Amino acid sequence: MLVQYAAVGLLFIGAVFFACAALIVSRLLQPHNPYKQKNITYECGMLPLGDAWVRFKPSYFVTGLIFLLFDVETMFLLPWALCFTEMGLAALLEMFVFIGILAAGLVYAWKEGALQWH
Amino acid sequence: MNTETNKQGRYSEVYQLNFGPQHPSTHGVLHMLVEMDGETCVGVDTKIGYLHRGMEKLMECRTYLQGLPYTDRLDYLAGVNNNLPYVLAVEKLLGVEVPARASLLRMLTCEIMRLASYMVGVGIYIMDLGAVSGVFYPFQEREYALDCMSALCGARMTQSYIRYGGVQADINEEFDAAYQKLVAETPRFIEMYHKLVDENEIFLRRTKGIGVISAEDAMDYALTGPNLRASGVDYDLRRDAPYCLYDRFKIEVPVLTAGDCHARYVQRMLEVEKIFQLIKEIYAALKEEPVGEIMAKIPKVLKPAAGEAYAQTENPKGIMGCLVASEGKLNPLRVHFRRPSFDNIAIFEKIMPGHKVADLVSIIASFDIVLGEIDG
Amino acid sequence: MEFINNIFVNIAGLVRWVFNWLLGWLGLPLGLTDVLMTAVYWVAIVVVCVLCALFYVIWERKLAGYIQRRPGPNRLGPNGWLQTIGDAIKLVMKEDIVPDKADKPVHLLAALLAFVPPMLALAAIPFGEGMAALDLKLGVVYVLAVTTLASLPVLLAGYASNNKYSLIGGMRVVNQAISYEVPQAFALLSVIMVAGTFNLTEIVHFQQQHLWLVFVQPLAFVVYIISAVAECNRAPFDLPEGESELTAGVFTEYSGMRYALFYLAEYCNMFVAAGLATTLFLGGFSGPFLPGWLWFILKTFVIMSVFIWVRWTLPRIRADYVLSFCWKILVPLTLLNMLVTGVVLYLI
Repeated sequence: MLVQYAAVGLLFIGAVFFACAALIVSRLLQPHNPYKQKNITYECGMLPLGDAWVRFKPSYFVTGLIFLLFDVETMFLLPWALCFTEMGLAALLEMFVFIGILAAGLVYAWKEGALQWH
Repeated sequence: MNTETNKQGRYSEVYQLNFGPQHPSTHGVLHMLVEMDGETCVGVDTKIGYLHRGMEKLMECRTYLQGLPYTDRLDYLAGVNNNLPYVLAVEKLLGVEVPARASLLRMLTCEIMRLASYMVGVGIYIMDLGAVSGVFYPFQEREYALDCMSALCGARMTQSYIRYGGVQADINEEFDAAYQKLVAETPRFIEMYHKLVDENEIFLRRTKGIGVISAEDAMDYALTGPNLRASGVDYDLRRDAPYCLYDRFKIEVPVLTAGDCHARYVQRMLEVEKIFQLIKEIYAALKEEPVGEIMAKIPKVLKPAAGEAYAQTENPKGIMGCLVASEGKLNPLRVHFRRPSFDNIAIFEKIMPGHKVADLVSIIASFDIVLGEIDG
Repeated sequence: MEFINNIFVNIAGLVRWVFNWLLGWLGLPLGLTDVLMTAVYWVAIVVVCVLCALFYVIWERKLAGYIQRRPGPNRLGPNGWLQTIGDAIKLVMKEDIVPDKADKPVHLLAALLAFVPPMLALAAIPFGEGMAALDLKLGVVYVLAVTTLASLPVLLAGYASNNKYSLIGGMRVVNQAISYEVPQAFALLSVIMVAGTFNLTEIVHFQQQHLWLVFVQPLAFVVYIISAVAECNRAPFDLPEGESELTAGVFTEYSGMRYALFYLAEYCNMFVAAGLATTLFLGGFSGPFLPGWLWFILKTFVIMSVFIWVRWTLPRIRADYVLSFCWKILVPLTLLNMLVTGVVLYLI
């Protein structure tokens, strides 16, 4: 069982290896002639004004937090989805309550405007 | 600048972004220096001149005949429409009476090219919203319009078809065939484009309420053409100050009131229908007109009397005006164009702040600007 | 028939037998066979990735041509079908330009990692009976987790380029990730509720015994397809690239092979999404007459064509609408779908 996940690790290394190999082969075939003008950051043909690494405003910050909440909820739902039929009515109702609370939270967030860009 | 905005309680930095000149959707080389806060635009500075060829000076340094073809290069999507104001102004100086048939031919070609220009306008608009296929459909229908011009005068885009005193050539069988094709295909295009675009939810979301211009602002900023009419100002030179023989025809001018990007698109689509009607009417009138002169008697060497003349026409992009001053020499003393795209983009700095990057593209494209005209 | 159906499984068995024999002959522990087999699967996956990218790039361009009433590429090879190979050679031989101001290690890392998620995901998808390189018990969760990673290299690329367009693109990737992921997970959850297993092959078996899940969960299918398009950053959700807004978005500062890797990864991501949709909703490799793996390829082809069709038809959505669309429409819909599914399953 766990051996399979070791295979995942190997495949990960393999994938990076593939990318490396492709880049190295390409490097051997390609011309290499960097100079200052060529290596200027592209900004529609003008010289860039200032650095791009600014304190960027992620307009979806609050939604990001809600997303985190729902992602965790998904994690709890996964095992439930597998076996709720065997666990009977109680499991179903409990999960309904669980989803209900989160849905109420979603509605609240919606009302508060958290699902919009600011 | 950054510290200043931070004082206003912002935790993000405002940064300056060059939007253009080498950008896929600034329709050539328009350069906008945009101040951005995240993805939202907080300030725009429109910079022009990357396509400046000194058109007016070039014309002043050449004879009248040599100067005429330059006008085609202003709004290169509708060549003949630019010939017209210049030629009208020079004709005023010369005091030439243009034959009726030539006037009708001028109107016919202008309307055909107006149709072609509008097709490009709506097609490019859809492409800039991200639906690349949108541009291919009108471009193929536009071919029929260009085929008409090609059959008539041998050139497709920069025709210089309108000459001092008249036009270059009369319609021929080849033109008739191309014209029949245009008449047959255009309604199909209009219907299909309505089907493809009109009710697309994403399109409506991307256009409605974006870049709203009130009627007062539109007039204050001297907007002209479809952009003005989409804001609810009912003004069209062809009807309100007719030139050529437009007073012979009943010009219907659609007017919308919303003034947003969607209205500007719908305005163009509505006008395409009216233009198509007008083309058919003019063609019918032309067929009734007895075959005869298409050129007035003008001297071989043009030396208009000293003086000034101004003429203006309704072009696809707005009102194109042309001032020609002569001092009786071979070349004009001064040529100046009122270039509609140039005047239209002035309002960008007012309407763009507060919109997202994607909306900037939508607004630019909805104005249907041509950089050849802006930079002159 | 049976032979063709199992041809790849038989080949794998043969290779495994050869490895076992070799290891025995060399006196090495037989456990190494699994490691060696992983290498074989790796080769197979790389071949599948490259082939499907080569094919789907040209197919996309052809289909886009037909949609736009033009012939599409038609010069290189019969009817232009070799065009991608020409393009690939061109991209390999192009110079990698890295801007001076860029964060160079991260710039490289992004290109290296771009290809990892689709490759890992492909390993778990059953192309046929017994034809999953990793027949994981938690297949759905694994694929879901791995494909989610696909947005990370893009974010890295956006950050590392030190280009404002790239930065906006990179931020949009995050926006997209937090939008589509929840509805996608919920859509898959309702499938799992019906099938009662996480294993992809077993889900296919379930569909063979009962009904294609697309008929049971049509809403989940539609939501999944929409989320998949968003996940692959394809139009109308191609905001990170958004070429008419952000020039080339996150890929503005990428050229040559580095760009090619992203490009390859995009098509492989699409293939994974289409493959997962096929497996979960369209009965995977099950089908009459033809061998299973051919059915899988055909069904994937149909979904890929839908992706391409959508791309060349719709305008681009604005970034904030992606968010509000996913959270205000898709999430409530999928939640409701789950509740209904739960009640119905309990009742029957």
